[in-house]
Amino acid sequence: MEGLTLSDAEQKYYSDLFSYCDIESTKKVVVNGRVLELFRAAQLPNDVVLQIMELCGATRLGYFGRSQFYIALKLVAVAQSGFPLRVESINTVKDLPLPRFVASKNEQESRHAASFSSDSENQGSYSGVIPPPPGRGQVKKGPGSHDAVQPRASADQQEPASPVVSPQQSPPTSPHTWRKHNRHPSGGNSERPLAGPGPFWSPFGDTQSGSSAGDAVWSGHSPPPPQENWVSFADTPPTSTLLTMHPASVQDQTTVRTVASATTANEIRRQSSSYDDPWKITDEQRQYYVNQFKTIQPDLNGLIPGSAAKEFFTKSKLPILELSHIWELSDFDKDGALTLDEFCAAFHLVVARKNGYDLPEKLPESLMPKLIDLEDSADVGDQPGEVGYSGSPAEAPPSKSPSMPSLNQTWPELNQSSEQWETFSERSSSSQTLTQFDSNIAPADPDTAIVHPVPIRMTPSKIHMQEMELRRGSSDHTNPTSPLLMKTSDLSEENKINSSVKFPSGNTVDGYSSSDSFPSDPEQIGSNVTRQRSHSGTSPDNTAPPPPPPRPQPSHSRSSSLDMNRTFAVTTGQQQAGVVAHPPAVPPRPQPSQAPGPSVHRPVDADGLITHTSTSPQQIPEQPNFADFSQFEVFAASNVTEEQDSEAEKHPEVLPTEKASDPTTSLRIAQADGKIEEKTAASVPANVSKGTTPLAPPPKPVRRRLKSEDELRPDVDEHTQKTGVLAAVLASQPSIPRSVGKDKKAIQASIRRNKETNTVLARLNSELQQQLKDVLEERISLEVQLEQLRPFSHL
Amino acid sequence: MDRVCVCVLPMSSLRPNYPLYIRSTPTENELKFHYMVHTSLDVVDEKISAMGKALVDQRELYLGLLYPTEDYKVYGYVTNSKVKFVMVVDSSNTALRDNEIRSMFRKLHNSYTDVMCNPFYNPGDRIQSRAFDNMVTSMMIQVC
Repeated sequence: MEGLTLSDAEQKYYSDLFSYCDIESTKKVVVNGRVLELFRAAQLPNDVVLQIMELCGATRLGYFGRSQFYIALKLVAVAQSGFPLRVESINTVKDLPLPRFVASKNEQESRHAASFSSDSENQGSYSGVIPPPPGRGQVKKGPGSHDAVQPRASADQQEPASPVVSPQQSPPTSPHTWRKHNRHPSGGNSERPLAGPGPFWSPFGDTQSGSSAGDAVWSGHSPPPPQENWVSFADTPPTSTLLTMHPASVQDQTTVRTVASATTANEIRRQSSSYDDPWKITDEQRQYYVNQFKTIQPDLNGLIPGSAAKEFFTKSKLPILELSHIWELSDFDKDGALTLDEFCAAFHLVVARKNGYDLPEKLPESLMPKLIDLEDSADVGDQPGEVGYSGSPAEAPPSKSPSMPSLNQTWPELNQSSEQWETFSERSSSSQTLTQFDSNIAPADPDTAIVHPVPIRMTPSKIHMQEMELRRGSSDHTNPTSPLLMKTSDLSEENKINSSVKFPSGNTVDGYSSSDSFPSDPEQIGSNVTRQRSHSGTSPDNTAPPPPPPRPQPSHSRSSSLDMNRTFAVTTGQQQAGVVAHPPAVPPRPQPSQAPGPSVHRPVDADGLITHTSTSPQQIPEQPNFADFSQFEVFAASNVTEEQDSEAEKHPEVLPTEKASDPTTSLRIAQADGKIEEKTAASVPANVSKGTTPLAPPPKPVRRRLKSEDELRPDVDEHTQKTGVLAAVLASQPSIPRSVGKDKKAIQASIRRNKETNTVLARLNSELQQQLKDVLEERISLEVQLEQLRPFSHL
Repeated sequence: MDRVCVCVLPMSSLRPNYPLYIRSTPTENELKFHYMVHTSLDVVDEKISAMGKALVDQRELYLGLLYPTEDYKVYGYVTNSKVKFVMVVDSSNTALRDNEIRSMFRKLHNSYTDVMCNPFYNPGDRIQSRAFDNMVTSMMIQVC
């Protein structure tokens, strides 16, 4: 822009226009809409506009600095006056009318008046500053317009610095630095770019050497001037556009003067990028920071702990509050330690603050830690909007925050996104907290444990028995398991069996109490049914191989039971003992002497029991096996093959006490569902007591189990049908006795029975657990209701 | 106009329950907020002691609604280092749900840890971090 002398009026007008176009008040007008609109309003042909833009150097720069803008306006005036567009014409053409911009430019005129006062200052400074450059420019004009443009461009870059700086008469501290630099540039043209860096960098070098000591940076006297220089380095891009640039850029500038435009373009770009960014760290500075970092942390990829950083920065004698704020800005990852980038940013902020620049609210982009993908965007972002530090230092601090490139917003967004991440995590954790009470829900589905298809021997008799059991089960609603019984009538059997097993633990009392309700007839029927079952079951089973894989199959139980029966039949007492010995899981039952113990409970069931006994003797003389078989059938009727197996085990033992078996069946029949254990317990002792006559002590426990099973089954069975079955069973008695020599089978059968008993017990256990859960749920609901009622009571 | 008050109190032996940071949106009646916060400290202490010794679950940090007064609801949150956050919100602000309060407390906690990470911050000092202030401001604006 050399040689651009403006009259006062022109000065005012141009400054107004510049202010008008300088929407962002960056003092550097990008080729935004307003500029284009302005030029269009000049009513010049497009090519002329382009030429103007090229001449003023804005094309190379990529934006309109104040000087470029003024040149452009002047050229517009020249063009509008009809003069040829040439660089020389700017100054040579005298008495140029003000460039005329039609239409929207009226506003500017109004603005002219408004900004008149501000112009005066600019004018004075402007005129003062302009002369030196023109001298340079004019010197350069010779080589040609192109070259002239080049130096002009460079000079333009310098001039914007100077005009910008000069108006600022009273910026806080930076003006001093500004003026210092002005003095420097005021030197020769060629000297300017070099002289500046020279003196600047020498102190920088001094400080660098001094910094090696570590403390010297902060404590030494030399630091302040170097710091200032550093600040000026970074903070005075206009004057130091040539200076603050990387050394390469300086060289480029020199080359610009001599070389083609390609390098100039690069130079300009580089200059403009640095021009734009007041916070950018120069290479020199960065090197210094890195060296400082090394003094604290030799590993450049390592971290400086917070305490060490605190010591280091405390030496800068900045107030703690500001240091705290600097830390907040620079510790990007909030880890309490500084990486190299964070440290450089912090150091840079300290330097800036030391030189009087206010700390930004947000970390400037150029100081952001160099994340991989963000570096490029940061560089790109520097150009468009960064406040030209050409702005006065007074403006610079306030303008830093608002005029931060829009890309700064990306960082807050990132931070916000991190907050969002935090919130997500919070939410996730809160969702976790919300889901915590899910665990309290009863995990075990009682139905699953209980409701499983139990293979039922689909023999006609069995089917019949099952039906009877089902009906029986439907009648048993007192027991929570009754619905389950509906599903699988095995439950009752299981319960019975379990209860029978529990009998040894001493639930005799319960068993007795529960065995009241049923008349003897059902028992008999049940026994008959069982016998019938056992018949049907045994016959095929005998032929079957020993243990079929699925335990629950009643066939096995029956077969085994039948075997047991045979064994028992062969050796009543002895084999019973042996058989008794087989089931290992059988807890030792009370001795037969003890058996009468439960007889106390008997009175409760006396009626039923008596009837049983009455029936049992009848059965006994028929055949002990029959009694067992009947029991077996009862078990089978309950659709629990396992039970049947176990029953089979028990039955042979019970054989000697057929009476017991009968009473057990009767008891079973008599039992209500709700108290299976009780029933079984009662029935078993009852049976035992009743069957005291034959049985030896060992078989008793087994017997009881069998009895309990029998008791269970009868509960399910219906009485009427059982009577018929019983009759049939009785009729089939003769077929019961089998070959005796099947001890092995008997043992296997007993083993099977035990296992079946185990499964039955497991089912019972699950069933009871389900009951427990139900009760707990009820309790919880009641508690909730209570609590709901409570608050009101408090009021 | 909703009123919100946020307070951070440490458990320092020197000045127990001295607020490190207290701020309320409408600046009038601020003293009333201070008073409410102090009265709620008893409830906070009671809840802390009731929780037992081994409970350091995240869930336990949020104390929930400490007690409702005629106009305000007071929420509490305690960190593992016995730093208490107390928030007083207007009862008329029914839009605030428990989860939102929880998230606000978590944000407070996070910002507080960021403040703590600052080596220039001495525990026991009043919190003068701008970032913390900004976060609290944004939160209070969100509530109101």
